[in-house]
Amino acid sequence: MTALSDVSTHAMASARWRISEVAFWVLALACAFLFPSRYLIMTDIVRLGLFALSLDLILGYAGIVSLGHAAFFGVGAYSAGLLALHGIITEPVIALVAAGLVAAVLGFLTSFLVIRGVDLTRLMVTLGIALLLEALAERFSDITGGTDGLQGIEMQPILGLFAFDMYGKTGLFYSLIVLFILFLLARRVVHSPFGLSLRAIRNNPLRAAAIGVPVNRRLIAIYTLAAFYAGIAGALFTQTTALASLDVFSFERSADLMLVLVIGGTGYLYGGLIGAVVFKMLQEFFQSITPQYWLFWIGLVLVVIVMVGRARIHRWVLFVPNLIIRQFAGRKAVVAAPESDVS
Amino acid sequence: MASILTNLFDGVAYGMLLFVLACGLAVTLGLMNFVNLAHGAFAMAGGYICAVLVNNSGWPFFLALPLAFVGSAAIGIALERTLYRHLYARSHLDQVLFSIGLVFMSVAAVDYIMGSSRVFIKLPAELEGQIDLFGVGIGRYRLMIVVICGLLTLALQLILAKTRFGSRLRAAVDDPRAAIGLGINVPQVFAFTFAFGCGLAGLGGALSAEILGLDPYFPLKFMIYFLIVVTVGGSSSITGPFLASLLLGIADVAGKYYVPKVGPFVIYTVMIVILLWRPNGLFGRTAAR
Amino acid sequence: MTIALETRNLEKSFGGLRVTRDLSLKVMQGARHALIGPNGAGKTTVINQLTGVLTPNSGQILLEGRDITGLSVHRRVLRGLSRTFQINQLYADLTPLETIGLAVSERMGRGGDWWRRMGTRADVNAEIAEILARFHLLDVMTELTSTLPYGKQRLLEIAVAIAAKPRVLLLDEPAAGVPESERHDILAAVAALPRDVTVLLIEHDMDLVFSFADRISVLVNGGLLTEGAPDEVARDQQVRAVYLGEAADV
Repeated sequence: MTALSDVSTHAMASARWRISEVAFWVLALACAFLFPSRYLIMTDIVRLGLFALSLDLILGYAGIVSLGHAAFFGVGAYSAGLLALHGIITEPVIALVAAGLVAAVLGFLTSFLVIRGVDLTRLMVTLGIALLLEALAERFSDITGGTDGLQGIEMQPILGLFAFDMYGKTGLFYSLIVLFILFLLARRVVHSPFGLSLRAIRNNPLRAAAIGVPVNRRLIAIYTLAAFYAGIAGALFTQTTALASLDVFSFERSADLMLVLVIGGTGYLYGGLIGAVVFKMLQEFFQSITPQYWLFWIGLVLVVIVMVGRARIHRWVLFVPNLIIRQFAGRKAVVAAPESDVS
Repeated sequence: MASILTNLFDGVAYGMLLFVLACGLAVTLGLMNFVNLAHGAFAMAGGYICAVLVNNSGWPFFLALPLAFVGSAAIGIALERTLYRHLYARSHLDQVLFSIGLVFMSVAAVDYIMGSSRVFIKLPAELEGQIDLFGVGIGRYRLMIVVICGLLTLALQLILAKTRFGSRLRAAVDDPRAAIGLGINVPQVFAFTFAFGCGLAGLGGALSAEILGLDPYFPLKFMIYFLIVVTVGGSSSITGPFLASLLLGIADVAGKYYVPKVGPFVIYTVMIVILLWRPNGLFGRTAAR
Repeated sequence: MTIALETRNLEKSFGGLRVTRDLSLKVMQGARHALIGPNGAGKTTVINQLTGVLTPNSGQILLEGRDITGLSVHRRVLRGLSRTFQINQLYADLTPLETIGLAVSERMGRGGDWWRRMGTRADVNAEIAEILARFHLLDVMTELTSTLPYGKQRLLEIAVAIAAKPRVLLLDEPAAGVPESERHDILAAVAALPRDVTVLLIEHDMDLVFSFADRISVLVNGGLLTEGAPDEVARDQQVRAVYLGEAADV
């Protein structure tokens, strides 16, 4: 009988909220109140964090590498923009969900291409899909506004109550609430049997199938969910900036996202959020030194992280963050991304 | 009719150029299973070396071309020895992150040193204009590209087929482990081949300035083209990438000329379909390594 | 007596090489059946076809009389065919608790539950506790699998397969690589498998085969050489020549 109670206690342990997690969210909310002059950058961080959370779901949990995650971000961004511009759905929250669903449909359709093949094929296919969408958006410039982007988007008040203001206060709180809700959902999902089966697939797809896990169906499901998240992030981008242009699909956006997750670590949900904060701070810092050439420094960070070794970076340089990570995850964080491919 | 042939010729020239630019990547991927997204950076280096020599130092174009090759090869071997070789055993994700980092650095560095606008290389007068061949207008410059790249392809084919180095390289690509067992120094073969591939890319970069345009974003803009050549062509021989380059070149030129509205997404679609249909490339071996 | 697992004229070739030749095998309900054969006889290819990793070129595979030849790997598991691997195939970043928990959830058809947290179903927990206890894994249940000693990993390998509650279990060299000191635990676990579970043992170790099996099939060059009770097989001149003779030479 003690064995049974032990099992249920330990089985539920990983899903229990930790004090450090609560502290994280309290801190995030506190920042929103403490720095009213920094609403715009904080909104930027929240959006990027949500976008990175989306990639973490497929990379950190299911082990799917993607070089084209911007595809879903872009589709979400344009969907939200078009819905608002043509007055199809004027209420932002409903439009947000609708835009996410459009991205999810695209994710579902393309998941069949992505789940096949090895890492290399996946990299190429995801990259190809993002480039394809960018080319399509450019081609149908009468709909997308081409290189100028969508012009003249006007956002209606959220729920008819909260109007977007020029300081970005509404935008920030709106984004933060959306992030928190989606985070709760993601947290539920990864601690469920479904989430466990994803980790099993990432660890060993052969064995996962051999205990009865329908591997492909699970991968399709999580890829679709991740696309939904990315679409929401894109829609938030459009709604809070009233902009949508071709660069939402750009390769640099997908590559930056990889860097965010590499900085923050994969597979414990907070990696994308912490990574987004560090990334934006790095960006601010480098842009203050050399505004035009910050791409160089980002590239250097990537090269250094890989040369030193991602796992080692997280052990040494990010010793303190890692302590926090351990607090959040309750176990040693899996900071190294999957090494599933045979080289 | 004549315009079709002119376009076909332009396509062939473009395709051959792509082949010279990308064949080094085929070797990197085939031999070391290394995903080098930064291959275009070496091409860009060659292009800028040539541009500086010709425009600023007044070198003759044909003398600057070999220097573009040597310069890029030197950068290639330096990076291979210092950085790349540590990453051969790493995951594809690491390799991708690393090479993206290199691309970003090269883009920003060139932008800083050379400026962001497109660079033109001053061509000698004899390469300008068209000649008329049986009623078909053929650009002199493109004719030169076809001749140079054609000769290079033949030379490559001969080196691979006839020389001792070629047979070692083929053995190493076929089965690196067996090759090591046969006493072939695979890392050395690879370092040399990597440098040579970078050199070819540099030469291609110099030649392509006139046709593709040369600016700091070159490695990003053409990354997907190089990847298409390799994925469609496979990496088990150079014939595959060569045919893939020609197809891509002809299709791209024809597409832009006859159906400009369709845009580049046809090429991406074809790439995705081929990847799913034959993951090892249209001309690659069917069995996975 | 009913047939639990059957192959009919199974054929598999790689290129020009026939690795499974016209293999017809019957494993009776509740049997302790061993499939033996020298290295390269094609035992692994057979197990991969039985479990659905490989598709045979021709022939049929039947589980309890129903054709499963075209089913995917995970569907066969849900039908009651489970396996262990010769080389451990475990989840390095998961704990034994999570590993078994997942297997039990999947078997109950609850593996796709995305809303429910792990550990909230009493029936699942009870079964996890029972299996962990049976395979002496309770004390290490919250440690990462990759940090467990090899013997414990080997036990987990068998425990996962059992968690799927198979009616037919394929054991692929269960004691392979286990140090002498931990061997006893593995053999005891194998011996203690419930009698209603049909076991097909693929094995190299003759001591284990003759102490465990009540029926033996000998595979040579992808085809069935002979089949019979252990003492018959041990006396068989062909088997001695092909298999035991070879083993004696080593």
